[in-house]
Amino acid sequence: MDIFLQQIINGLTLGSVYAIVALGYTMVYGIIQLINFAHGELVMIGAMVAFSVIGALAGTALPPVLIVLAGILAAVPACMLVGYAMERIAYRPLRGAPRLAPLITAIGISIILQHVALLVWSRNPLAFPQIIPLVSFYVGGAIITGVQIAIILTSVLMMGGLTLMVYRTKLGIAMRATSQNPQVAGLMGIDINRIIAFTFIVGAGLAAVAGVMVGTYYGIAHYSMGSLLGMKAFSAAVLGGIGNLAGAMLGGILLGIVEALGAGYIGDLTNNVFGSNYQDVFAFLVLIAVLVLRPSGLLGERVGDRA
Amino acid sequence: MKDRARRAGRVVSVYAKAQAKWVGVALIAIALVALPFALATAGTAWVRIANLAILFVFLSLGLNIVVGFAGLLDLGYIAFYAVGAYAYALLASPHFDLHLPFWVILPIGALVACLFGVLLGAPTLKLRGDYLAIVTLGFGEIVRIFLNNLSRPVNITNGPQGISRIDPFSFGSFSFSRNETIFGLAFSGPIKYYYLLLALLLLAIVINLRLQHSRIGRAWEAIREDEIAARAMGIDTTRIKLLAFAMGASFGGIAGGMFAAIQGFISPESFVLVESIMVLSMVVLGGMGNIWGVVLGAVLLSFVPELLRYTVEPLQQALFGRSIIEPEVIRMLLFGLALVLMMLYRPAGLLPSAVRKRELAKAAP
Repeated sequence: MDIFLQQIINGLTLGSVYAIVALGYTMVYGIIQLINFAHGELVMIGAMVAFSVIGALAGTALPPVLIVLAGILAAVPACMLVGYAMERIAYRPLRGAPRLAPLITAIGISIILQHVALLVWSRNPLAFPQIIPLVSFYVGGAIITGVQIAIILTSVLMMGGLTLMVYRTKLGIAMRATSQNPQVAGLMGIDINRIIAFTFIVGAGLAAVAGVMVGTYYGIAHYSMGSLLGMKAFSAAVLGGIGNLAGAMLGGILLGIVEALGAGYIGDLTNNVFGSNYQDVFAFLVLIAVLVLRPSGLLGERVGDRA
Repeated sequence: MKDRARRAGRVVSVYAKAQAKWVGVALIAIALVALPFALATAGTAWVRIANLAILFVFLSLGLNIVVGFAGLLDLGYIAFYAVGAYAYALLASPHFDLHLPFWVILPIGALVACLFGVLLGAPTLKLRGDYLAIVTLGFGEIVRIFLNNLSRPVNITNGPQGISRIDPFSFGSFSFSRNETIFGLAFSGPIKYYYLLLALLLLAIVINLRLQHSRIGRAWEAIREDEIAARAMGIDTTRIKLLAFAMGASFGGIAGGMFAAIQGFISPESFVLVESIMVLSMVVLGGMGNIWGVVLGAVLLSFVPELLRYTVEPLQQALFGRSIIEPEVIRMLLFGLALVLMMLYRPAGLLPSAVRKRELAKAAP
């Protein structure tokens, strides 16, 4: 019982990070049908910037919460800038081009961002300074730490905020209109380029916060942390139905739980033939299974076949 | 009268053109034959680099079948290379104490890689292009994770340590790894491999050229340009796409086998995602769908980073007294830039294929 509950809690924590990253994928995909391969790198840059700031402030007498907040406040604009630049330089000029073209530039951008980060922060991982006291609570035989609670709460807040923005504000209406039909949205007086750039910026901001969360959770940030996380988040977005906001949230949390339970039980189920070192395989197996069995995802309504 | 003369003139000029072409081919052939000896004067390392370059040309040709001909973006291509390499390593090393000859293993490697290609392709080829890219990417990672972990409970791949002391290619007592003097010329191991690889590469290029204009090649092109129209023309699109996957995979498998033999040691480290992207950059740089373009792209992206390694490093030492940017980072930045800049400014590649150029220049509605 307690192992099960423990894995659920761990899965929820990771899953809410996946959900936040998946939202970035799904928003961009929903609006211009592009898989932004470089989105995972934004998470990495967010974590690196935040860790640099947190590391610099760790020695001061500021309360830990303020230090982490300062890290987030530095990471979010930095990532937004990178996200905007990415859209302007690599995707906007190719908007009319065949699908293969922006996919390939996305891969190129991802490689470039990774290695620029390597140049700036070197190969060595940045460690999270021990400033947050370890608080843990016992819930029915399982342990939940303060960091985990903070991650889950932050994610819920951000998801709520994003939903409000998309469904209640004028900007959100413009975004939804653009995703449904860019030409007609343009005719209605919406500046499509601005809306698309804005979508990238919002996604990048979410990615930055996700980067800080995942970095704090593992206590480490690394120049190559983005790609695997990005792939998993993309799997989560597909699981929920790409282009669908609620789907990305559901998919992220489900994927986190599947991964945690899988890693926790695979040893027992297979008589220790496979161990928890196969954890990273689950996301891809889920991805392939979903694409084969239900390509539109759990909550996706239409199967686009615009090859 | 005049007409006949003009026609005769045209015939002559056609002959002259053909002649010039053959002279060019002969010159390139001589250069290719002499190349390893020229490189050997600069150090055997350069001959090894040339051998790796040939392997990369081989890989790029294989990926070109998938990406260039059939228009399917495969981001896990290196997995097939890994499968071929491990097939060779397991069947010709002390690991299982098997020592089969290479002409038996290379086809086996190609077959196993082909099988993996079908295994991956069968469930996923129904998907739209960008989904396929992600799935193949995941597949590449899965293969690597398995290679890394299949050392327990039965030691198959020897985990992260990899497999060492792999047999070199040999015919009876003639081994490709030994140094030898033939006709007064000193043939080092890498030079012998060079000629073998070159011969195999020529074979591969001929196969590719024949394939491109065959019924299957035309079907691939049709699918790439408009899958729905191709299906309407009676092409069994799923089968033909699967064929592209399988063929590309077999090329990767053969290249992997050769890689294992030349290096004598392989580990999962050699088959990471970055390698897939490297091969993709080569195909994109040269021109997707154009065989000569792909060859050019692979040769350029194999040699330029090595040249940079030998020039940038001393230059930095001289200017700043220490190395600021590692050559490896420069190499990767180069690949990334190649992908982005080529797509932005010359999407059809350095040597564009005529059809591809038309297609990529076409603006969407």
